[in-house]
Amino acid sequence: MGRLDRPGLLFALIGLAGLALPLVQFKPNRIVLGEGVALWSALPWGLPLAVVLAAVLVGGCWRIGAGWRLAAALAALVALVLALGASAGHLTPPDNTLARVSPATGFWLATLAFALMLADAITRLRPSLAMRWLLLGLAIGLVVAALASGIVDGISVMREYEARRDIFLREARAHLLLAFGSLGLALLVGLPLGVALYQARGLRRPVLSVLNILQTVPSLALFGIMIPIFGWIAANVPGAAQAGVAGIGVFPALVALFLYSLLPVVSNTLTGLNGVNPATREAATGLGLTRVQVLSSVLVPLALPVLLAAVRIVLVQNIGLAVIAGLIGGGGFGTFVFQGLNQTAMDLVLLGALPTIALALVAGIALDLLVEATSRRPKGA
Amino acid sequence: MSDMIEIRNLTKRYDGAVAVEDVSFTVESGQIAALVGTSGSGKTTLLRMINRLVEPTSGQVLIDGEDSHSLPGYLLRRRIGYAIQGHGLFPHRTVAQNIATVPRLLGWSADQIRDRVDELLNLFQLDPDAFRDRMPHELSGGQQQRVGVARALAAKPDLLLMDEPFGALDPVIRAKAQDDLRHIQRQLGTTLILVTHDMEEAVTLGDRIAVMDKGRLVQYGPPSEILTAPATPFVRDLIGMRERPFHLLSLTPAHAIATEGEAPGAPIARDASLREALAECLWSGRSAVPVEGGGIVTLAALQAHAAPTARAAE
Repeated sequence: MGRLDRPGLLFALIGLAGLALPLVQFKPNRIVLGEGVALWSALPWGLPLAVVLAAVLVGGCWRIGAGWRLAAALAALVALVLALGASAGHLTPPDNTLARVSPATGFWLATLAFALMLADAITRLRPSLAMRWLLLGLAIGLVVAALASGIVDGISVMREYEARRDIFLREARAHLLLAFGSLGLALLVGLPLGVALYQARGLRRPVLSVLNILQTVPSLALFGIMIPIFGWIAANVPGAAQAGVAGIGVFPALVALFLYSLLPVVSNTLTGLNGVNPATREAATGLGLTRVQVLSSVLVPLALPVLLAAVRIVLVQNIGLAVIAGLIGGGGFGTFVFQGLNQTAMDLVLLGALPTIALALVAGIALDLLVEATSRRPKGA
Repeated sequence: MSDMIEIRNLTKRYDGAVAVEDVSFTVESGQIAALVGTSGSGKTTLLRMINRLVEPTSGQVLIDGEDSHSLPGYLLRRRIGYAIQGHGLFPHRTVAQNIATVPRLLGWSADQIRDRVDELLNLFQLDPDAFRDRMPHELSGGQQQRVGVARALAAKPDLLLMDEPFGALDPVIRAKAQDDLRHIQRQLGTTLILVTHDMEEAVTLGDRIAVMDKGRLVQYGPPSEILTAPATPFVRDLIGMRERPFHLLSLTPAHAIATEGEAPGAPIARDASLREALAECLWSGRSAVPVEGGGIVTLAALQAHAAPTARAAE
């Protein structure tokens, strides 16, 4: 036939494997290992759904229109979530509050396959920038709606959430504070530092080397080093403890994330400024702009896409790294991850991991769109 | 004529290495001075010391008798036009915003700025309605160059500095751009100092030519003097042996040596240079060409004018 679609073939392989593997795990309680249940035995309508989903995957191997592909992938994702939610109600005996149903390998693989198919279809449709913002909003809306509607409330992760509603909100705030706070600090220090290095050529190598070394220290080691250093400062420097300095908690976590953010911010600031055509800068000075005016009305606007790229790198990196803050009492979603690991309660680990992933994805995509919007203008010239 | 620019013993050293050494000359108001030299001769450094993009190690620049150090550098630069090779337009600003840069810095009213932008666009043969809101990347190389010069002239400076302003243009557009610049400069009466490595450009545009070599000013004078009496072997090399007579011919307009008489064929323009007259004679096989508005230019007259001895006798 010769009309086979290679990405479609890959998605079908992943997806069919997912459908064949257990959709959910049924566990008598939250800690023991459960047994896998396949889609067709998890639900009364499981078999017909499995057949339809398999048909969509196989159909995707042929070159069909991207619009159809998108609609089919979206419908399949919705169906998978509905099936997951319904299977919890179907598998759990009515008066059993201990039993847990959690998503298993099959669910994740199938979700991955359809999500890839969806992303591939969106790429092929080449939507406009405004359309992509709309799609991002729509995706967030769909997830929020699915969570708020209660269809997945029976799933183990949601039951962990139900038991910790208040703590979850607190840790979410802490996580955002860590990620955005460290980004803010890094911009506050890194942008002026980058500008200073741009003007003082001789300082570039030493400063960038130091930042490079900082960036190379493994995150766990950096958190570890902070504990004795800040512990000592808090104990021995008058007023330090009152100002919030401590060996464990939010303070060292924020400092560590800030240090990791400095290199990307400083080096991108430098790259962005260096990328401005020297003739443009020369003309600006020659026409009588002051140094501050050259910077604010010529250099920074022209370097903006590269600066936003730094914000993207740092934000996505810190949303992920902030999980480790949970280890040293810094709060955030990491708290759930490490509690879950200690209790071997994988559902609790997921309660920390899933929102972290979602946050990083949304931040990454949103900033990509922002970078693209600002770099529509021609560079250099 | 008054001395617009007086450069006194200007010197620039970088860590002991000399870039410009004890250069002095004056440019009269409304004239064009061309700084010529090979790369590394210090001509660009000299130009950049006039608007203090480079601070001199020693020496003075007087503009209308006033020391250029009596103002902060950025205020001085707002009073002096500045245009460079590759135009340096701000890629994120429209043509109108680019041209309005200095008037905006000087706090002109929005109405004044709009009128001035339109006036300049018209002067440079760019239709304001079509070009005002374009971005620099939407213009051709020649249009970008014109906008760059318009921007330099926006706040009506008495002095305009240009660094290889035509360096990025192809030869056909360059000749036209030089013509236009000369025309506009005469119309506005702006004093112009321009840097070029191209002797032909210096001869075509300059009322005075300053030849720079290894940081020193080796000769300063009108083009005819530079051509007929080069001060050093370096100046002679810069002119080029093969080009000398043609440069010389290009200095004089046809009507200046036209004599009574009749000649066959199409006439040449009154303002056409003798070089063009010679080219026309050679190409059409004529021994004389008529000049528009009466008179003829003969091959013999051209021959007499292409030799330095004839000049010296004048």
